[in-house]
Amino acid sequence: MIDQALTLTLAMFVVAMLLSAWRLLVGPDVLDRVLALDTLYVNALAIVVLLGVKFRTQVYFEAALVIAMLGFVGTVVTARFVSRGDIVSHD
Amino acid sequence: MHAEPLPFAVELVASLLLLAGGGFALVGASGLVRLRDLYMRLHAPTKASTLGVGGALLASMIVFGWTGQRLVVHELLITVFVFLTAPISAHLLVKSALEREPLRRPPPPGGGAAQPVSEPPPGPDDPAAPR
Repeated sequence: MIDQALTLTLAMFVVAMLLSAWRLLVGPDVLDRVLALDTLYVNALAIVVLLGVKFRTQVYFEAALVIAMLGFVGTVVTARFVSRGDIVSHD
Repeated sequence: MHAEPLPFAVELVASLLLLAGGGFALVGASGLVRLRDLYMRLHAPTKASTLGVGGALLASMIVFGWTGQRLVVHELLITVFVFLTAPISAHLLVKSALEREPLRRPPPPGGGAAQPVSEPPPGPDDPAAPR
């Protein structure tokens, strides 16, 4: 039963990623695209975790941890770059 | 793909958590597509995606914790990290949106213009306030 649930949940997350990708391509503002990228990395993290459950392996969870850290840093840096124009302030 | 079959109750709980997580992710992404303002669109996926990842991570914790294949430290780390960082990144996105276009600041909920900030609401030491 859990195999069917895993497949269905993977399909749901893939649809969520497709909707976010639509917002990434269309979204009128730059920050819409940044938000879409944020949602995309969170959903990719969930998909990696689900694949780790499906294949019963440990390696995928370290990849998920790396995705979580780098995605957060990417979102913060991009939001700061959009508002300020540079990332490291040279005062 | 299975090492050994899980008990029915464990499979049931894990499957329900998985489906709830997928449903939350779908709701968040559809809100990202359908809502009409940037501030509304910031609302939907930042909460729903966090819950979706939380459902998937809880299901994974249950499965791997039952089989005893390994410790569940990774899921705990990912959960703590995602639940800490998702509100911070949403807050930074709103801050940069308000810095870029201060005139696009939306009116407060409930309709009407923004309340004047010069008149504070009646405090407990206000004599006109009903006790």
